Amino acid sequence: MKRHLLEAADLDRDDATLVLDTAAQIDQALAGREVKKLPTLRGRTVVNLFYEDSTRTRISFELAAKRLSADVINFSAKGSSVSKGESLKDTALTLEAMGADGVVVRHSASGAPHRLASWVKGSVVNAGDGTHEHPTQALLDAYTIRQRLGRLDGVRVTIVGDVLHSRVARSNVGLLHTLGAEVTLVAPPTLLPVGVGSWPADVGYDLDAVLPKSDVVMMLRVQAERMNASFFPSAREYSRRYGLDARRMAALPDDAIVMHPGPMNRGMEIAAEVADSVRSTIVEQVANGVSTRMAVLYLLLGGNA
Amino acid sequence: MTNYLIKGARPLGGDPVDILLQDGRVAAVGDSLEATGAEVVQAAGLVALPGLVDLHTHLREPGREDAETVETGSRAAALGGFTAVHAMANTDPVADTAGVVEQVWRLGQEAGLVDVVPVGAVTVGLAGERLAELGAMADSAARVRVFSDDGHCVSDPALMRRALEYVKAFDGVVAQHAEEPRLTVGAQMHEGDRSARLGLTGWPAAAEEAIIARDVLLAEHVGARLHVCHVSTAGSVEILRWAKSRGVQVTAEVTPHHLLLTDACAESYDPVFKVNPPLRTDADVEALRAGLADGTIDAVGTDHAPHAVEDKESEWAQARPGMLGLEQALSVVIETMVEPGRLDWAGVADRMSVRPAQIGRLADHGRLIAPGEPANLVLVDPAARAAVDPAALASRSRNSPYAGRELPGRVVATFLRGEATVLDGKATR
Amino acid sequence: MPRAWPGGGPPRSVPYRRRRSDHSFNDPSSEAGKEASLARSSEPARSTAPGSTPGTLLSAADVARVIDRIAHQLIERAAAAHPGRDGLADLVLVGIPTRGAPLARRLAARVEAFSGATVDVGTVDITLYRDDLRRRGVRALEPTLMPDGGIDDRLVVLVDDVLFSGRSVRAALDALRDLGRPQAVQLAVLVDRGHRELPIRADYVGKNVPTSRAQQVRVHLAETDGVDEVLVTGEAG
Repeated sequence: MKRHLLEAADLDRDDATLVLDTAAQIDQALAGREVKKLPTLRGRTVVNLFYEDSTRTRISFELAAKRLSADVINFSAKGSSVSKGESLKDTALTLEAMGADGVVVRHSASGAPHRLASWVKGSVVNAGDGTHEHPTQALLDAYTIRQRLGRLDGVRVTIVGDVLHSRVARSNVGLLHTLGAEVTLVAPPTLLPVGVGSWPADVGYDLDAVLPKSDVVMMLRVQAERMNASFFPSAREYSRRYGLDARRMAALPDDAIVMHPGPMNRGMEIAAEVADSVRSTIVEQVANGVSTRMAVLYLLLGGNA
Repeated sequence: MTNYLIKGARPLGGDPVDILLQDGRVAAVGDSLEATGAEVVQAAGLVALPGLVDLHTHLREPGREDAETVETGSRAAALGGFTAVHAMANTDPVADTAGVVEQVWRLGQEAGLVDVVPVGAVTVGLAGERLAELGAMADSAARVRVFSDDGHCVSDPALMRRALEYVKAFDGVVAQHAEEPRLTVGAQMHEGDRSARLGLTGWPAAAEEAIIARDVLLAEHVGARLHVCHVSTAGSVEILRWAKSRGVQVTAEVTPHHLLLTDACAESYDPVFKVNPPLRTDADVEALRAGLADGTIDAVGTDHAPHAVEDKESEWAQARPGMLGLEQALSVVIETMVEPGRLDWAGVADRMSVRPAQIGRLADHGRLIAPGEPANLVLVDPAARAAVDPAALASRSRNSPYAGRELPGRVVATFLRGEATVLDGKATR
Repeated sequence: MPRAWPGGGPPRSVPYRRRRSDHSFNDPSSEAGKEASLARSSEPARSTAPGSTPGTLLSAADVARVIDRIAHQLIERAAAAHPGRDGLADLVLVGIPTRGAPLARRLAARVEAFSGATVDVGTVDITLYRDDLRRRGVRALEPTLMPDGGIDDRLVVLVDDVLFSGRSVRAALDALRDLGRPQAVQLAVLVDRGHRELPIRADYVGKNVPTSRAQQVRVHLAETDGVDEVLVTGEAG
């Protein structure tokens, strides 16, 4: 494993598999236990450095670190020196002086974790940077797929929605490809980046054509504001062409699953009855996020001298 | 005034001769010259070129003297072999009045290291809404002939047309920063495979090409001169080639960094590589080199853009765009054009001195090294190679994209009207 | 057809490689003889250090005999502890991966063969409880599996292949504490090679082997290594 987890490309197939296997072992070791705590990272300090509000991701990382007995410091940009104009570099040097073993960073600027990694000695885990990547989300998604379908190799994953602005999509395309899955992206052409043709994924515009050949459908959050920038004409048209409703869900193969990284826009990209169906893995994804992040923290920080 | 006798230099890379500089002019060029009282400069193996002229320099004064001043920028320019630089108008206050351009001009005179030629803003405050007093700037002591809102595009087509027309009255030229702003909202880097993967908002080539296409048609229609700043795409080169073939009075410049670097540099997310227009692809770099070689692109313009550390050591999106260029411009041209055989020394003199001086209407610059001409020249050691050390630069800023990169060519001496501004590779003042 | 992802690379099917070379068998803290706890390797870990002669400490027949003997001892002690009722019902054999796990299963099978009673088996991975992660780096985890009935109020016998420093056993005790509250915990090992660093001793020992710290004791089992044998290599101190 590399020292940092900044993007899906930091994991080769062996590394990615090791993370998923480790998460599975941790899940199994903790299953049914009253004390869901391990002493592994006793004495290590993990800083959650969140420049963007993301309660669910922060809590997931916090729980993961605490279950491994690390000391956790939540450093939110709001109300801290950061909001008073302290630069990312100064913040990095502060964390360094405090002896942070790991820094979990969420930032609205693509590449901010890469910058941070060049300034600190500890391991940097990217918890989402701008429209770039969110590698632990991809890991938990891969874990969830493997848990439900028993494999990743050859699994047909269709990712639907605002690929252009989605760090989840970028990380998933990279990681799932590394793990042998076949990824198809479906979106209105306005929400696909120029250059998507160089990605290891097929691209289509017609959701109905792809669904019968999908083992996994991953719906991305679409912000209704996008229509103000003419990415699509209206929420209604988007929903009609790219939303997953019960009719479309019925076109999926029998054991296909429906995923969503959350938070969902019910009625926009996903209908309530789909989100709450047995195919939906949305709640599992949240639970799997904790064990996957425990695995990442263990593998990155456990051996650091 | 010191007189200089340069021994054994090779003008435009030709046979070695001696050059005598006397009273600010080239007094004699010939074999085995003698001159009592003249300081001898041994120049065996050095190439002599007319002093370089930059059409595109940001000196940051007034307003951001923490990033650069007219003096520090002038020193950087002299060390880069320049004897004249055009100082862009996007200062604070903006150089959109006779008062500001005269202030910049006077600061340049006081520094005395290069001729600092102010560029006037096209529109008041660079806001793109109404014309600045272009005539007043032209008539001022600064004698402004180049007008540019650089940093911003004059995107309103009607305003651009009027500006092109208006400056004809005093033989001026509008230097356009070609960027359709509606296509580059939030743009961070070249739009393509890499921006898609890096999650940085793309700056499409079409945003530059669309403006150039529009402007060459406007320039043709009104019979005006147009200069295109920092051309960065293969498509732009094609449009320029087409326009020139139609007889449009258009000139264009390319930056050293666009001749050398590509968007691959963005993979590090190090904002030292963030620049506007952005670094493009290998294919664009190749087209720019070809365009400069065949003259479609007239000039190399550095777009020297100093930035304070805090404006560069940050997240990519927060960082200001721009790179240092004055001190490495000639080296990059040697690396990308001379060494591969695409431009000889006469070509270098043409693209870095003669043509930019003509575009800027600078009578004393861009002249051949011949008796009677103003003694603006530079001596270059083409064999020297060294790694770029940002800490050693004369600029007040450190945002060089060439840090650690080994580049050929060393400016040994620069003469401005017969006075040495650089000797033995060091600024004389 | 998907294209190559720059910087990523196509799927490869190379088995996961562990850094076999970066841990010493001479460090008691590593519990020599457990090198394969780092590996899901398909190849038997049979290589020996250059210049040393592997001496066979236990042959396959010896290993089987030793396991049988420990199985008998377990039955006897259970009977002694609970005269008049089936003490084996309380017994849980918990193996410490890698090789303690198959040993526990074999022991259970032998106890069942000799006594007719069924014996619960589990495994407890101690990796996340180790105190030497910083020193030795992280490693892949092995399963932790507890019997359905859990371990509360039962007699847990930890099973491991080699007892050396005692640190693995300490980690296993820490792990057990998080998994339940046994009535008692005992320890069974195939080989006790001495050099304890903690006040820990085994209740059932297959073979006591005086060694020098410089020596290496390697346990190979059919389940993990394709063969049953215990080797000792290196110079005796």
